[in-house]
Amino acid sequence: MATELNTSVGKNKMHPYKMVLYAGLGSIVMMFAGLTSAYIVKKSQANWLDFELPKVFFIATVVILLSSFTIQMAVKKAKEGLQNPYRGFLSLTAILGVVFMILQVQGFMALQANNIALTGPRSNSAASFLFVITILHLLHVLGGVIALIGVSFKSFLAKNNTENTLPVELLSTYWHFVDILWIYLFVFLHWIG
Amino acid sequence: MSHEAVLHGHESHGHDDHGHHEHHDTFLTKYVFSQDHKMIAKQFLITGMVWAVLGGLMSVLFRLQLGYPDASFPWLESILGKWAKGGQITPEAYYALVTTHGTVLVFFVLTAGLSGTFANFLIPLQIGARDMASPFLNMLSYWFFFTASIVMLSSLFVETGPFSGGWTAYPPLSALHDASPGSKTGMDLWIIAMALFVVSSLLGGLNYIATILNMRTKGMSMTRLPLTIWALFFTAVLGVLSFPVLLSGMILLIFDRNFGTSFYLSDIYVNGVGALSNEGGSAILFQHLFWFLGHPEVYIILLPAMGMVSEIMSVNSRKPIFGYMAMLGSLFAIAILAFLVWAHHMFVTGLNPFLGSVFVLLTLLIAVPSAIKVFNWLTTLWRGNIRFTPGMLFAIGFVSLFISGGLTGIWLGNAALDIYLHDSYFVVAHFHIVMGVASMFGMFAGVYHWFPKMYGRYLNNSLGYIHFWITLAGAYMIFWPMHYQGLAGMPRRYFDFSIWESFKQFAELNRFISTVAMIVFAVQILFLINFFYSIFKGRKVTVLNPWESNTLEWTTPIRPGHGNWPGEIPEVHRWPYDYGKDGHDFIPQTTPVGADETETH
Repeated sequence: MATELNTSVGKNKMHPYKMVLYAGLGSIVMMFAGLTSAYIVKKSQANWLDFELPKVFFIATVVILLSSFTIQMAVKKAKEGLQNPYRGFLSLTAILGVVFMILQVQGFMALQANNIALTGPRSNSAASFLFVITILHLLHVLGGVIALIGVSFKSFLAKNNTENTLPVELLSTYWHFVDILWIYLFVFLHWIG
Repeated sequence: MSHEAVLHGHESHGHDDHGHHEHHDTFLTKYVFSQDHKMIAKQFLITGMVWAVLGGLMSVLFRLQLGYPDASFPWLESILGKWAKGGQITPEAYYALVTTHGTVLVFFVLTAGLSGTFANFLIPLQIGARDMASPFLNMLSYWFFFTASIVMLSSLFVETGPFSGGWTAYPPLSALHDASPGSKTGMDLWIIAMALFVVSSLLGGLNYIATILNMRTKGMSMTRLPLTIWALFFTAVLGVLSFPVLLSGMILLIFDRNFGTSFYLSDIYVNGVGALSNEGGSAILFQHLFWFLGHPEVYIILLPAMGMVSEIMSVNSRKPIFGYMAMLGSLFAIAILAFLVWAHHMFVTGLNPFLGSVFVLLTLLIAVPSAIKVFNWLTTLWRGNIRFTPGMLFAIGFVSLFISGGLTGIWLGNAALDIYLHDSYFVVAHFHIVMGVASMFGMFAGVYHWFPKMYGRYLNNSLGYIHFWITLAGAYMIFWPMHYQGLAGMPRRYFDFSIWESFKQFAELNRFISTVAMIVFAVQILFLINFFYSIFKGRKVTVLNPWESNTLEWTTPIRPGHGNWPGEIPEVHRWPYDYGKDGHDFIPQTTPVGADETETH
């Protein structure tokens, strides 16, 4: 039904789904803008705990940067109609996404091992902020990973999966966004926080 | 002559009620899980109306308490049980009623009910699209709203009652389970309902933006869009950019409530609980996050009404809208300023006075685009050939209320005055007139005007006139006196004023306000009867374009199917406001520009 109704869109116009996605990214930006603004306001008040970010967050950053490269390769291969490299890069991106998530959770564990409570009565809002912001970003990564797994499965099931590149294009835009968002958050938490 | 052109152009489809896009739908896919934007619009409208009745009924109940603080109504106890022990509403129930009334009217009626209905209904029809960018997400948007409604409704029936800390949900009342009975399960359900609601409004807003930007028919440039669409576009942008911030604030609230963090809570002492173990939290932080949504929210409520009023006024004055670009520019200015004024809700929180003065300046700037809009509406009416349909009357009523309520906004925008008037009945009067009742009038105008397109039948005009005059007079009689009460220092949200010597003088006035409120509520029932009766039994629409309007929705069949136009989507050749041009009463957007046509509008 949806595709049939969308036939009125001109060829040179952007696909409406892309516009939906861009507007959606704008709203995610506002969500984190709200949180990081609140962070700055809170930091200037009394009772703020300064602490070092665990090293594992640096490794996670490298991993998610790498995954941006792999999904870009997947889009490139899809557009060239190369089935197997497309499948490979797509699955690799999904795996890197999962690795990123595991590393983030290890980051939380490292903080708690250093006696920095993230929640609970002994927690300082500096650590709680880091936790909430990172968890919310993690949920957005999780959404992307689920979509990546779905599209990867489809790419293995279908014989010719490179005809319609719209899903993987949308997915790559979202994935790059989640990557850039993390880099912003990482820079923010490490240097400003 | 032009009228004939409209009919002639689509004569072949005039009786074709079943366009080829109408599939063999089951009851479930056509009326329940519909992906047709028109059906989704009706779902939003009717759910919104249910909430309007419930929210209105709540206001009648607490007005009963304010008007008759000493009286006892045994029937209240039989309806409300322990919430009205001895026939009088308990203070706890009073606060729950006020809180739920605010939440429901602001979010469920005037956001979902207003832009949910008209953005869904009008955007594809007026820009010339078969449906939304994503009909599926659009359907989800309604069902998230429906689920939010069910959760909010269920909070009315929990043992400890619904949330009772005010619709703004300030901590610590919202963050501490033990702060009040309503802060327990009631607040949990409130947060869940609001989170679902935010998702619903985001899904809707993303769709509206993408549809307007990407799916316009051939020739429909952005400056040929009806002002309704522009208003709905800015509304969607405001929603998409401000609701996520509220969600952030609420996520931090959830962590404070359930995981012991200290974003908003500090080591305050709570009666019956003792000192909290939290450290360093700031309740003011929540207010910043809340009002960063909260202020754009009032424009999310107001802009759709402004857009519809502009369209309805132009059609029924048989004149082009005065200053189309100025109208558009002022919508844009309001949308920008909406994000820069939130702290004017916080003048008494100990805000830095210098910062406060910046917010005063920015707030008062809103008067400029608002005044531009008001003068353009008045000059649109000026020397027009006005048709006083009920829709038009509500549109004029909107302008009246917007002026009355807007002027007191200039008072309250001044920190020097606001510090005195804050949390008084003056504020209640201001925002009810300018935001609540005015937007309600915009919504009524829209329903009366587009009802023939929605259901293929007319609403009863006589009932419409009765509805309008009593509601307009009633709205002023309810809220005008509240300005004087507020100036005399009467605080809002109080359960009973009869124990203060200084407010005893208002006992009779309070009773008057309560009586009028009940009459106005009764008249809304009359509107509901008119609405539902007319859906099934109203006079049938027999012409394609009953209001002789220029916009595209009137080129569709009388009862358009899914896909809106049975054949090709019509091409657009001109702006939508060619009324009274070159001796023609109106020239629809689909009419090509003639060789001898004058350039000016």
